[in-house]
Amino acid sequence: MPFIIRRVAFYVVAAWVALTVNFFLPRAMPGNAVESIMSKFPNLQASTYHALEAMLGVGHPGSLWSQYLSYLNDVVHLNFGISVSSYPASVSSLLIQTIPWTLILVGTATVIAFFLGTFLGIFAGWRNGGWLDRALPGLMFVQAIPYFFLALVLLWLLAVKVLHIFPIGQGYAGGTGLVPGWTWAFISSAIWHSVLPAFTIVITSVAGWMLQMRNVMITTIGEDYVLAGQAKGLSNRRVIFNYAARNAFLPQLQGFGMALGFVVSGAIVMEIVFSYPGIGLLLLSAVTSNDYPLTQAIFLVITFAVLLANLIVDLVIVAVDPRVRTREAA
Amino acid sequence: MTAALTILATDPTGLAAPARQLGRWRRLPLKAKAGVVLFGVFVLAAIFGPILEPYNPSYQNPNQALSIAPPSAAHLLGTTQAGEDVLSQVLTGIRLTLELGLAVGLIATFLSVLVGVSGAYLGGLWDDGLSLLSNVFLVIPALPLLIVLLGYLPRTGQTATILVLAGLGWPWGARVIRAQTLAIRGRDFVAASRETGESGWRIIAFEIVPNQVSLIAANFVNTVLYAIGASVALAFIGVTNTANWSLGTILYWAQSQQALSQGAWWWFVPPGLIVALMGLALVLLNSGIDELGNPRLRDANQRAKVNGRRLRPSDPTPVLHATPAPRPTAVTAFMRSFSRSAYLADRAASRDGATRVGAPKPSRGQR
Amino acid sequence: MTTDLGSHVPALGESGGRGRFSGEPVLSIRDLSIAYRTLAGDVRAVDRVSLDLHAGEVVGLVGESGSGKSTLAYGATRLLRAPAVITGGSVRYQGARMDNPTDLLELSADQLMSLRWREIAIVFQSAMNALNPVLSIRDQLTDVIRAHLPVSRQEATDKAAELLDLVAIPRSRLRAYPHELSGGMRQRVMIAMALATDPEVVIMDEPTTALDVVVQREILGQILELRERLNFAILFITHDLSLLLELADRIAVMYAGQLMEIGTAAEIHHEPSHPYTKRLLRSFPSLRGPRRDLTGIPGTPPDLLDPPPGCPFLPRCTEGTDACKEIEVLLAKVRTSADPSHVTACPFVLPDDPAGGDGDRLPAGAGSVSSAVSPAVTPLPTPAGTTEVTS
Repeated sequence: MPFIIRRVAFYVVAAWVALTVNFFLPRAMPGNAVESIMSKFPNLQASTYHALEAMLGVGHPGSLWSQYLSYLNDVVHLNFGISVSSYPASVSSLLIQTIPWTLILVGTATVIAFFLGTFLGIFAGWRNGGWLDRALPGLMFVQAIPYFFLALVLLWLLAVKVLHIFPIGQGYAGGTGLVPGWTWAFISSAIWHSVLPAFTIVITSVAGWMLQMRNVMITTIGEDYVLAGQAKGLSNRRVIFNYAARNAFLPQLQGFGMALGFVVSGAIVMEIVFSYPGIGLLLLSAVTSNDYPLTQAIFLVITFAVLLANLIVDLVIVAVDPRVRTREAA
Repeated sequence: MTAALTILATDPTGLAAPARQLGRWRRLPLKAKAGVVLFGVFVLAAIFGPILEPYNPSYQNPNQALSIAPPSAAHLLGTTQAGEDVLSQVLTGIRLTLELGLAVGLIATFLSVLVGVSGAYLGGLWDDGLSLLSNVFLVIPALPLLIVLLGYLPRTGQTATILVLAGLGWPWGARVIRAQTLAIRGRDFVAASRETGESGWRIIAFEIVPNQVSLIAANFVNTVLYAIGASVALAFIGVTNTANWSLGTILYWAQSQQALSQGAWWWFVPPGLIVALMGLALVLLNSGIDELGNPRLRDANQRAKVNGRRLRPSDPTPVLHATPAPRPTAVTAFMRSFSRSAYLADRAASRDGATRVGAPKPSRGQR
Repeated sequence: MTTDLGSHVPALGESGGRGRFSGEPVLSIRDLSIAYRTLAGDVRAVDRVSLDLHAGEVVGLVGESGSGKSTLAYGATRLLRAPAVITGGSVRYQGARMDNPTDLLELSADQLMSLRWREIAIVFQSAMNALNPVLSIRDQLTDVIRAHLPVSRQEATDKAAELLDLVAIPRSRLRAYPHELSGGMRQRVMIAMALATDPEVVIMDEPTTALDVVVQREILGQILELRERLNFAILFITHDLSLLLELADRIAVMYAGQLMEIGTAAEIHHEPSHPYTKRLLRSFPSLRGPRRDLTGIPGTPPDLLDPPPGCPFLPRCTEGTDACKEIEVLLAKVRTSADPSHVTACPFVLPDDPAGGDGDRLPAGAGSVSSAVSPAVTPLPTPAGTTEVTS
């Protein structure tokens, strides 16, 4: 089976597993979730009660199978129900407001961190034992810092107490009457507010990519084709990039796909510290207010985003590895 | 790729005689040693912390002056908004977080070995099914799933958190161990055991698993790292029991009670720093294990230096007319017996005759 | 050892049997020593080796694994990575395109870069590992062409196509990647690549070891044919002496980092002088000769970290004597040979001794050197190891 079709099939299975887990979880859990929600939010209407029952499988509205089918149908139509904490907003409308913020911030920062780390790793591997290597313990320490903790420290140092350079939080200067839109004032404010969060993501994840690339580089440099590149009298730049790094990049890419879930999860928690209006902050409010429909929808959205990103990584692998391409054609 | 690298970690870490233990310790990469020491400090803190705690971590001092008080002689790490002692909370937190990490590490590693080895050993549909399952749970982001899971659990105490984290922490290890088992299964000594009529499970328990000790160790360390990171994040969001003083819970209260905007650095810096240092200890341990298993990583660093000059792979072979090959004499041999690096080299040389006669691995040598 | 071997021994093969390869050698290795610098001391992988290569000549370098033959080749081109260091000697290269001879050991990294492949190319042992898996054949051929020759991209591609013609690979395979080619094809691509910039010396490091016998034959034939056409010199490294007997003009036998014997292929075949050469000859079946028992060489090579004095082959030699513990390994002319370029490191054994005869073992501790053995070579080594070489 061609590589990409095999991968797509795998992601479909993974997505189905996520959907199914999401469906059965509230039904498998003890206690009546709907009752607890209704008692927490007295302003909810009776119609919501039934909608929740249907969604969470309480009160047995129809067979499990028909519930499952209507659940899948809802998901396909991006109908995730009504948010109980922000009643009567629909979950979808809340998601649509927050997804762009996270996508742009976390996506950009992750890609920057990946390429920066890979680039540094190339040199750390080539100049094994150089100053980059001596910085390794420090980098490992940075790598071990939880995103949200670094966010706290950075905020404290650069926004709250020591230096007052950056804004304390939020996605843009909302208090000044700025309205989201395609205006320079808004965009510049949004960019300015995203600098510190993006910096946090880059700082904590760049070390991991770098270490990984360094280790693959060291192994790759020992390969005959790198020596052959040198024997051919090619310039160092060509040997490093076209011979060593280009081969070392393939496992690095696979690692990227693997680690994406972790990176995204960490970045989302970090949003909380910055009160960044992304999906992470929404998740926090959903969790603290027991807004199950919203929590579950966010889980699905993040999962699908990671699966999609993995598929993109696979496409890149096909583009850069001729061996995979051949298997593709076969 | 850590996977690809650790797969190379094949050397069985047999049981060392006590006399050789010191030698083993000396041979460990520096990184691993630093990791062991750092981690040891936290283990000690976890064991003796409750004895050393000056206060009950939940005791709220009603004295208004002790609400968000900076560090002082009475409260070495200051107090929280409610007048609780941060040091006592942190000491309890180290214990709880470490306990959780190690418990998750043990359970998840056990599951990894179980799934990985049996999948590879049974083969066929079993293997396909188990591989698919591991890969699916590997690609689904764990943290959001954990949040959903814990959100639905009525009681989210330490045990529930441990079980949920362990339940989602095994796929990575299972995948790596499966690959390694497949590699070992094909080797001669396993085939020999099979020929002599040993049962499948006996082969797994006595031939295959002992040969993966370093891989399993690396996996355990990784899982502990994951468990600590995830549990702290979960507590920080407030999904786990917020009355339980884990390091993440301290951070949760610090965040939700505006420690930051009040400038109470002593409230959030110590717990966060300790999480980071625990992580560092584990990362160091892991890269040490990695280097033990992959000589190229270890040796490339040591060997890249010739006469004090560090060489790049692109540098031409250096010509040192002036320095003839130093031949060890009786005196230098005696002096060398005190040298740590020479001891290491001798150990390496006597362990592996090939490195002496043939060319060292990373360079192009005799074939 | 104080004598400079290079100045005493006339350039090997200079006045040698085959007039075809006379004159200044294109590559002249003198007293080259290479060590791997470990924490425990230097592993002396190559010890004072001298070897000449004339234009258009095929010199075979044979020895078992670990004998230092690859280290010699890669060290001479300064491709060895740390912890390898060159501890002495010279590697003089005198190509037709160069005005003056250059010593490779004195060149800077940049100078080496422009000399590599342009003058000395290498065919690696395993083309699968030596070809970059992510670059197409065309890219790997054109990058080396464009690194050394002032040609446009299009000209380089044309040249690459011609190179594939040379080794009988269809031009359509230019767009292929290494993994899409068969083992034999990959090795032919490697050979084509070695010839891309018309080098004068091609080092072949066991180029056919990984291939099956039929393909091996085909490729060897092709190499010789190309050599006739393009007149490049070949340093052919292998552990297969039988292969060299057919292929090489001259053969150098290497053991434990030192040369044991150098002679023309015929001399090595019919009148081997060093016991190690004789044992090598007995370790494979002869195609045309009479049937004989095959014998391996029991024992292992010495530890090069701290080699014992004397002849390195002594512990495995059936003809060794106590005197062998003290000789200095030096190449000297084989007395009975008419060819002055036939040299051996064993001063005791005559070419016509029954090869490896077990009965010929000299009684241990038999008197002084001179009375116990009849020196087979001109110089008579004294226990002190100083040697006079007549030329």
